Amino acid sequence: MTVDADGAVAAPRGSGGLDRPPGPRTETIQLLTPEGERVEHPDYPLELTDGEVKDLYRDLVLVRRIDTEAIALQRQGELGIWASLLGQEAAQVGSGRALGPRDMAFPTYREHGVAWCRGLDPIRLLELFRGVSHGGWDPAAYRFHLYTIVIGAQTLHATGYAMGIQRDGAVGEDGEAVIVYFGDGATSQGDVNEAFIWASVFNAPVVFFCQNNQWAISEPLERQSRIPLYQRASGFGFPGVRVDGNDVLACLAVTRKAMQAAREGQGPTLIEAFTYRMGAHTTTDDPTRYRLASELEAWKLKDPIERVKAYLVRTGAAGASFLEEVDAEADELGSRVRQACLEMPDPQPLAIFENVYAEPHTLLDTEREQYAAYLDSFTGEEVR
Amino acid sequence: MTVMTLSKALNAGLRKALEDDPRVLVMGEDVGKLGGVFRVTDGLQKDFGETRVVDTPLAESAIIGTAIGLALRGYRPVCEIQFDGFVFPAFDQIVSQLAKMRLRSLGHVTMPVTIRIPCGGGIGAVEHHSESPEALFAHTAGLRVVACANSTDAYAMIQQSIRCDDPVIFFEPKRRYWDKAEVDPAAGLGAALPMDRARIVLDGTDVTLLCYGPMVRTCVESAVAARAEGRSIEVIDLRSLSPLDLETICGSVRHTGRCVVAHEAPVTGGLGAEIAARITQECFYQLESPVLRVGGFSTPYPPSRLEDHYLPDLDRVLDAVDRTFTV
Repeated sequence: MTVDADGAVAAPRGSGGLDRPPGPRTETIQLLTPEGERVEHPDYPLELTDGEVKDLYRDLVLVRRIDTEAIALQRQGELGIWASLLGQEAAQVGSGRALGPRDMAFPTYREHGVAWCRGLDPIRLLELFRGVSHGGWDPAAYRFHLYTIVIGAQTLHATGYAMGIQRDGAVGEDGEAVIVYFGDGATSQGDVNEAFIWASVFNAPVVFFCQNNQWAISEPLERQSRIPLYQRASGFGFPGVRVDGNDVLACLAVTRKAMQAAREGQGPTLIEAFTYRMGAHTTTDDPTRYRLASELEAWKLKDPIERVKAYLVRTGAAGASFLEEVDAEADELGSRVRQACLEMPDPQPLAIFENVYAEPHTLLDTEREQYAAYLDSFTGEEVR
Repeated sequence: MTVMTLSKALNAGLRKALEDDPRVLVMGEDVGKLGGVFRVTDGLQKDFGETRVVDTPLAESAIIGTAIGLALRGYRPVCEIQFDGFVFPAFDQIVSQLAKMRLRSLGHVTMPVTIRIPCGGGIGAVEHHSESPEALFAHTAGLRVVACANSTDAYAMIQQSIRCDDPVIFFEPKRRYWDKAEVDPAAGLGAALPMDRARIVLDGTDVTLLCYGPMVRTCVESAVAARAEGRSIEVIDLRSLSPLDLETICGSVRHTGRCVVAHEAPVTGGLGAEIAARITQECFYQLESPVLRVGGFSTPYPPSRLEDHYLPDLDRVLDAVDRTFTV
């Protein structure tokens, strides 16, 4: 099914001039309507068993629960900050579940749902937001790179990694590919545009997955772009596609296809997952200062979880007992996350000096010794 | 033993690194067919192919950013930044990403990336082609910063940098690219001085003269001239700017009691400031006079018709040396 979206952007051809850029009609790929009705798209056939849809539902509910718990922990002073994924669960779970075990993902700092799909314990994410580490997981073990906070910088890392895949001869049948996440605001960054160019000219196996959640902290999409973001890809010489970012099935199907194309050597794709940041940018933000409550209410009707629930119930694929089971599992996960956060120890002071360099470093070794001696000079109750 | 220009020695070192380790890649603007604007990578693409010696699009941030990704995949990229003044578009990728990746991963990730930067002035170039940004990188934890000054060191140090598991900013003294010295390709790296050690280039007893990169030759010439006037200058080529080899530096200053630091970069906030502070802390009671600095002025690099005034030459170096005996 094709949905006409934001007609204001899809201006009539030839209107041109300075007022409004001409552009082709905007198409958004959707396979599950907000009402939970399954629709087909000829380019994105998707065969899923009831069990597989139920698994996706479970993922969506669980990652939202992680998010809810983390926000509460921040409010209670247990986390320094939290970047909520509320509203973006389908974009993250759909794309995350489209990845193969050997594919590599490069996240921003909001990809908690993708982290979940890659098997990373949510506690590791909390370490970062609590201030215990800057991340600290092994990217190679999870095929999930560290969170990157500087906007857009990871798109270049992903592109370079994809160039490595090419050099390893791991493109083609049974190939590997990379997916890199970023937001609408990041599309204004030089690094993202450079990554598009490099991926294009080297035909690198990388999928650019842009979650357009409409807001870059307080700045609306109109401050970043005058054309739909996915249409930018054509200027760089590779395909772009817009998907309903609140539709987990469409996100899965579109990402699968793009990843497969990349693995087979067909080069990059830009996916724009059209979604909405339901919460604040982070827990330090106050969206009531810059956006209308009515906008939020409109997006609530397109909730990524409710539509899957409606589908499962309507088709009889799942009953009340399954839904309760998932809710109970979410509660259990929530309390496990909470407990682990509260029990998380602070790092030892001398950890400051660890992992800065791989090889011995005379200056750092000296500073470590001096600070250790300084700490040792405290006795009894003075001990820090 | 072969006599080679500094640029040829770097070329030979890069070639050796490419031969020794299939994970080594060379990447940058014009490094392939052209062989680099200073011909440092001449012939490498022809012999190692376009996937290992990569002519990149013209985007410095992406050169470093993709090198980080390649390193994550197990490669050892050697990036060329064409000129010192062009490194700034890549500053975020170097300082915020490359330097911090290992700590961010708690040691799971290793970043063996070498960034070659031709640096310094003296070639009559236009703006942005004569700068000395080393202090910015020496200030950044997570990076190692080295500067070669002659062919012998260039050959060994480029290979040591590539083998190092930490990111290395490798400064090449562009006005010395054509200076010649002996290189022994048969000698293994085992015989070479470790990359993080300074080298005493000339022994002396009256004053220690610290320098690196393009200033080493100027300082040696200054010392030779001073010797004719009866003054004995000990010249030390720092080689490693981060970490500093304080053992060698302080060892010398303790027996001379005087010290001058010379570099092309502006003295304000430069390496000389850090070195002077360290020496003051470590050698205060052996010092006969304050540590002096001689370097660029606190101005942007001037138009090239004025660069002879900006760059410390033999006379300005010796003027600083003289002042350590009068203040």
